[in-house]
Amino acid sequence: MDFLQQFCQQTLNGMSLGSIYALLALGYTMVYGIVQLINFAHGDILMVGAFVSYFVLSKWGITPVTLMLSFLPSMLFCLTLGVSMEKVCYKPLRNQPRINALITAIGVSFLLENGARVIPAIGPNPRVFPTLPVVNYAWLGVSISRVQLLIFMVAIVLMLLLNYIVNFTKIGKAMRAVSYDKGAAYLMGINVDRVISFTFALGSSLAAAAGILFASAYPQIEPYMGIMPGMKAFIAAVLGGIGSIPGAVLGGLILGVAETLTKGFLSSQLSDAIAFGLLILILVVKPSGLLGKPMGEKV
Amino acid sequence: MKRKLLVVGALVVVLAVIIVLLTGRGKSDTLKIGTIMSTSGPVSHFGTQCRDAMLLAIDEFNARGGVLGKQVELIAEDDEKNPEKTMNALIKLITKDKVKVVLGGLTSDCTLAITKEAQQRGILLFTPTSTNDSVTDAGDLIFRACFKDSFQGQVMAQFAIENLGAKKAAILYDMNNDYSTGLMKSFEETFTAFGGTVVASESYAGGDKDFNAQITKIKAGDPDVLFLPDYYNTISLITKQVRNQGLDVIMLGPDGWDELVGQAGEEAVGGYYCNHYSPDADDPDVVEFVRKYRERYGVTPNALAALGYDATYIVLEAIERAGTDDPQKLKAALMETDKKYVTGHITFDANRNPVKSTTILKVVKGADGKLTTEYVGMVNPE
Repeated sequence: MDFLQQFCQQTLNGMSLGSIYALLALGYTMVYGIVQLINFAHGDILMVGAFVSYFVLSKWGITPVTLMLSFLPSMLFCLTLGVSMEKVCYKPLRNQPRINALITAIGVSFLLENGARVIPAIGPNPRVFPTLPVVNYAWLGVSISRVQLLIFMVAIVLMLLLNYIVNFTKIGKAMRAVSYDKGAAYLMGINVDRVISFTFALGSSLAAAAGILFASAYPQIEPYMGIMPGMKAFIAAVLGGIGSIPGAVLGGLILGVAETLTKGFLSSQLSDAIAFGLLILILVVKPSGLLGKPMGEKV
Repeated sequence: MKRKLLVVGALVVVLAVIIVLLTGRGKSDTLKIGTIMSTSGPVSHFGTQCRDAMLLAIDEFNARGGVLGKQVELIAEDDEKNPEKTMNALIKLITKDKVKVVLGGLTSDCTLAITKEAQQRGILLFTPTSTNDSVTDAGDLIFRACFKDSFQGQVMAQFAIENLGAKKAAILYDMNNDYSTGLMKSFEETFTAFGGTVVASESYAGGDKDFNAQITKIKAGDPDVLFLPDYYNTISLITKQVRNQGLDVIMLGPDGWDELVGQAGEEAVGGYYCNHYSPDADDPDVVEFVRKYRERYGVTPNALAALGYDATYIVLEAIERAGTDDPQKLKAALMETDKKYVTGHITFDANRNPVKSTTILKVVKGADGKLTTEYVGMVNPE
């Protein structure tokens, strides 16, 4: 295998990892755009999403159809979880200093992780996520597996759907308005509470989808599985400019590719160091992130 | 006022009773053995079975009237395969439960975290399962019941060359894990010494889930065999990604692969690993142990369970010979061990490592479609 082939293969590997980061980063960035809150519990929604799908698949058995169908209950469950999280934990703190909500978010994250550990149905031990038999397609020496294909397809469909909702629907317009100026939006008769709940619902269902994709690619699920992807997705969101939707997608892809190329061509010891170093570098050069505008339109 | 006094008085009495009960329990006449096993977390299948086997062994001693006329009590701690928690558990066992003998820890990194402390505090530490070479280096009170990683690495490298006809090998290992790095070194040394070439030696950090980048690199070297020194939970992720990348290679592993058959899918089929015993062997000790374990717990015991059972027997028999659980006297009694156990005939060398053989197993698909292991052969130490 020559260098070019290997480079293409590694980039492909990185893009599939990056797509998962991107889906997760979208949730961080949208919530931040609307309420200026870093929702640290977002990564744990990924874990919950993966577990819901796990239970559904254990009941139905694994086929391509059930795998696709399992997105529905999982996304619905996480949507409900995300909205109730917002209503119970973050809404009462909305007019308090921002640090209070941030600390609460960390608390919610611990609650979800350790709560999952004590629930007997989940428990502390890793479980094997059901996967489809391995199928591999090779083209000019570059191979792509069925799981990677699934990740790309689901990620692209969901991103297009999100783009449609945010830019071409009434509620999307309301989201943009709230993110631009919450006070003015309120005066214009927009139901701000509803818009915020809707944003949490969108972000959480995307996280659930990311969870199923993550579990399909790395079929081992446990209560702490959301921490690292959550952290990386947060970096991706900041990298792309927190509050910017295209930024989150770009940030996720860049992070995934950078991580994989470092492992592939430099050293696997450095992969996290490079990923986090990249963040520092970009924040030094462009403090608002790649696509973030300091005072511009958010969401 | 009087009523208040009465209530306070009653409370004092209740408290006193509780204190007496609590302290009284500590003075009960049992022989206490401590154990630190990872019964939750990534290697929980190892930890729970190893602990359960110890309980089985101890109950057998107790049914016969105990050891030195006392009933044996196992105080089991869980460290979640976290070396810091292993240390906390050791301190708790020594200071609160006042044990003098500890069976543990399970994985090499956890055991290595406590060997110095145990030696300094004069505790006899007997690990059933930690294979890293340096585990027993901390002092003369550290023993183990299993073979060493340098032996496992050698056996697998030699097996790859002599039995599989491999010329090119690749290694993918966890750079943060003593067990994994130790095995990587011994495999690489032997494989090169026997005329093979290691075309790729790639690493990852413990807890990583994405190995695609390393596997792509390995694929470029076109190896005949891929050596994967890690525990079953990580291996099940790696084997999946190896096949997803379309890399057609024979995978080899150490004893950490035990339990892989319950965790991995079809992609692990065709892999070989060396183990402490095979539950299918027709050795009478093995048959008897497997029967008793299945009867009590309903599952086939893995190798870690067999080691836990053996370790408990070795230690309790040595206590009987020494007539005490005092670590200094027990040490000498342990060195005299020379007996056949479930995992083979055990004698200790000068460094308190047992001299014993290893079994090579192959991962195959059983008649019921589930993965199972097939006995390939036995290798004796030189």
